Amino acid sequence: MSKNDNNLRGVFINGIFNENPIFRLVLGTCPTLAVTTSAMNGIGMGAAATFVLIGSNVVISLIRSFIPNKVRIPAFIVVICTFVTMVQMLMQAYLPALYDSLGIFIPLIVVNCLILARAEAFAAKNNVVRSAVDGVGMGLGFTLSLTLIGIIREIIGAGTLFGNQLMGSGYEPMLLLVLAPGGFIVYGLLLGIINAIGERRKKNSKEVTSA
Amino acid sequence: MKLRVSHGPHLFTRETTQTLMLNVLIALMPATLVGIYLFGTKAALVIAVSVVSSVLFELVWQLLMKKRVTVMDLSAAVTGLLLGLNLPCNVPLWMPVLGSAIAILLVKQLFGGLGHNFMNPALFARAVLLASWPLHMTTYHLPERLLFGSETALSGVDTVASATPLLSLGKLTNTDLLIGNIPGSIGEVCKVAIIIGFVYLMFTKTITWHVPVTFIGTVIIMSYLIGVDGIKAVLTGGVLFGAVFMATDYVTNPMYRLGQCIFGVMCGIIVVVIRKYGGYPEGVTYAIIFMNCLSPLIDRYSKKKIYGEVKKSV
Repeated sequence: MSKNDNNLRGVFINGIFNENPIFRLVLGTCPTLAVTTSAMNGIGMGAAATFVLIGSNVVISLIRSFIPNKVRIPAFIVVICTFVTMVQMLMQAYLPALYDSLGIFIPLIVVNCLILARAEAFAAKNNVVRSAVDGVGMGLGFTLSLTLIGIIREIIGAGTLFGNQLMGSGYEPMLLLVLAPGGFIVYGLLLGIINAIGERRKKNSKEVTSA
Repeated sequence: MKLRVSHGPHLFTRETTQTLMLNVLIALMPATLVGIYLFGTKAALVIAVSVVSSVLFELVWQLLMKKRVTVMDLSAAVTGLLLGLNLPCNVPLWMPVLGSAIAILLVKQLFGGLGHNFMNPALFARAVLLASWPLHMTTYHLPERLLFGSETALSGVDTVASATPLLSLGKLTNTDLLIGNIPGSIGEVCKVAIIIGFVYLMFTKTITWHVPVTFIGTVIIMSYLIGVDGIKAVLTGGVLFGAVFMATDYVTNPMYRLGQCIFGVMCGIIVVVIRKYGGYPEGVTYAIIFMNCLSPLIDRYSKKKIYGEVKKSV
C-alpha cells in the first residue's frame, strides 16, 4: 500500500494509474478480451462494471462488520449479484442494442475478478466514502482501459470509430483484430508498453533520488 | 615443442547458424525458381518484397533496441523467403511487408530473437494474413505458363482463379500435381522442387527425416482411412512444403527423435481433420503452429534419461 492511500484523491488516482485493474493488476481479463471488439462495447462494459463496482463496494463496506468472516465470499457474491441483476435489467430496458452486443458478458460481471477483489481487498477493510471513491477510480480505470483497447481494435479491425467510418474506402480492415486472437495481441502489446513505461519511470525516479 | 592446454569441449564443428540457414536457402531455391517461372514477375516481386522487408525489420529493430545486429545469420532472410513462398502470387504488395513485420517483430524479436520464438514466424504471419484478408489469401491464379505440360491440363479447372484448388482435386492428374501446373501458393505447387530441396537438406544433415516422413505418412494413411486418395491429398495443398520446410524449424520443433515423431504424426492428423471436417479447405498452417505450441510439452514427455541418472525413489 502506498502512502497515497491516506487521502481520497490518492485512492481515486490509484485505480486509474498505479493499480489500473487491466494493465497493472491484470484483473477482469475475460470481459476485456471478449467485448472490446469496438470502442462502444468497451465503454458499455466499463460503465456496467463501474456501476456494479461502486454499488457493491458501498454496500459491502456498510455491512462489513456484520458479515461473519467464514462466509464472507458468498455474502459478497450475493451483494454483487444484486447489482448485476439491476444493471442487466436496466440495460435490457433502456439500451437494448448494447445489451444484445454484450450478451452473456453482462451476467458474467458477477464473476469478474476485479469486483470481488476490490470487495475483499478494499471495501471489507475501509469506510463507506473511501470504498465508494475506490469503486469510482477502479471503475474509471477499467472503463478507460477497455475503451482504449476497443478503439485500437475497432480502427484497425473494422476501419471505424464509434461506428463512424474513419479510414478511406481503400482501406481493407484487418479482420483478425476484431477476432479473439486480435484481442490477445492488442492486450499483450499494450500491457508490455505500459509496463515498460512504468519500469523506465521507476528507474528514472531512482536515479534522481540517488543523485 | 609448444603444448597448448585448453579446457574442453574440444569437438569443433564448422556448422553455424549461418551455414544452416544458408543450407535452407539453397534447399528453397528450386521451389522459388519454379514458382517464379510458373507465376511470372508478380511472384518474383512478392518474394523479393517479403525477403527484403524481413531483413530490414530485423535490422531496424536491432539498431533501435541497441542489440547486436544478427542479420548476417540469414535467419530473417529464411523467414522472409518462407513467407513469400507461402503467399499466392497475386496478393497486394503491402501484405508481404505486413506479414514480415508480424513474423519478425511480433513473433521473433518480441519474444527475444532467434531461438526464443514459440511459433514458426513465417507461418504465424501467414495465419494472421489468412484470417485478416481471406479473400486475397485464397484467390489462387493459374500459372502463367506451364512446365512440360500441355495447355489442356488445366482445361478442367476454372479459367481465371479458383478459390479452393483442393476442391477441384479430381480433375488434375498426378503428373500435373507433381510438376506444379496447378494454382496455389508460390512455393508449394511444384512438388518435385520441394522433394529436391528435401533431399538436399537430408544430404547436408540440416534436418532429419523424422518430422517430414511421419507428417506426410500420417496424412497419406489418414486420408485413405477417411476414403480420400492419400497420394493426391499429399500432392495438393501445402502438406509437402509445410512438412519439409516449416515443420522442421529447429526452434519450434521438439528436441528428441521420439518427440519429433509425435509432432509429425499429430500434425498429419490435424491436417486431415481440418481438411475433412473444418471450415477451411487447408489446415497445414494451423496444424503446424498448433503443434509448435505443444512442442515444450512433447519435450517434457519424450525427454531421454541421461546415462547414469538415477531414478528418484518413490
